[in-house]
Amino acid sequence: MSGLIGKKVGMTSVFDDLGRSIPVTVIEIEPCVISQIKTEETDGYNAVQLAAFSKREKTTTKALKGHFDKAGSEPKKYVTEFRDFIPEGFELGDELTVEDVFTVGDLVDVVGISKGRGFTGVMKRHNFSGVGDATHGQHDRARAPGAIGNASDPSRVFKGKKMPGRSGNERVKIQNLSVAKIFTESNILLVTGGVPGRNGGYLKIFNKSKSDIA
Amino acid sequence: MDKLKLIEQTVIRDDIPHFTAGDTINVHYRVREGDKERIQQYKGVVINERGSGANKTVTVRKMSGNIGVERIFPLYSPFIAKIEVSKKGKVRRSKLFYLRKLRGKAARIQEKVKGQGPVQADVDIDGQPPVQAEAESPKPAQAEVKGQGSAQAEVKEQPPAAEES
Repeated sequence: MSGLIGKKVGMTSVFDDLGRSIPVTVIEIEPCVISQIKTEETDGYNAVQLAAFSKREKTTTKALKGHFDKAGSEPKKYVTEFRDFIPEGFELGDELTVEDVFTVGDLVDVVGISKGRGFTGVMKRHNFSGVGDATHGQHDRARAPGAIGNASDPSRVFKGKKMPGRSGNERVKIQNLSVAKIFTESNILLVTGGVPGRNGGYLKIFNKSKSDIA
Repeated sequence: MDKLKLIEQTVIRDDIPHFTAGDTINVHYRVREGDKERIQQYKGVVINERGSGANKTVTVRKMSGNIGVERIFPLYSPFIAKIEVSKKGKVRRSKLFYLRKLRGKAARIQEKVKGQGPVQADVDIDGQPPVQAEAESPKPAQAEVKGQGSAQAEVKEQPPAAEES
């Protein structure tokens, strides 16, 4: 699936052709360097490895630097693969920009790292609804998880039972957002709706409408 | 944040005059009926501004007969053909929700007199271009009826519907 690497800038709203206001996420897409092209013969599958957002050479390991040198690119922070993405007419070391991959109206999936919430209770983490009433003898159970199992029969708590714990800070994919607008000079993509993670977080954006690009 | 401003700049219109809560404005709103478009005028007092940048909305309240009508306009909506500021009001707060409880004479707003008030009054009255964050908001303007006391009513269409666009 074709796609690119982006950075979440923030949310705002724009008006569409009918005058309706649409909430959008602004995604900055730096031109992504093709840092490796994997093929069935050499690697067992077809993929394109993209890299974006420069970093200092000093903070790059020699091994990685060698890898980027092959593509004739400076070291990048975010490197990721897109399976079965064959950018025709592009070669190792070329840069892909927004308009190469996306057009307005395309459906996209966006992958990002969600905001870390720390140690949270079960209501925030698993959308439990809490226990009971505010009255009838309950006094501090409003956000409690409730019973966690049966009695002497299993005599244990089942694995995978939803409980409080660390939440957020994990890979989340939001599917079927659509491309609202593209600003080619400033390399900006507007996608309808929200996207995982903080402002400034890195995103992987898949284009579902096209399997590859011409 | 820079890039976000850049995007909002494409939405924000500079033909909307500057006004704040307490001012009386006349909104020329494009209404589509079938494939004909005409312009409807809605004149009332601004009782609320919310949001910033491209998301700004204003709530405009007027009395239609003896029924209070409030409409929320996304400030930069393409449906807004024009906004005229017809009166600058002298008020002491930014949200004028207290007007909902008042009727008749009590619901009047004193007009700001040129030259009195803050030094800037002059400039304000001329309706300078919105240097301040003016935003517009998403939803197509919704009309909300605030019945008096308990009287809830349907949103009234404007009596003086207007010129063809």
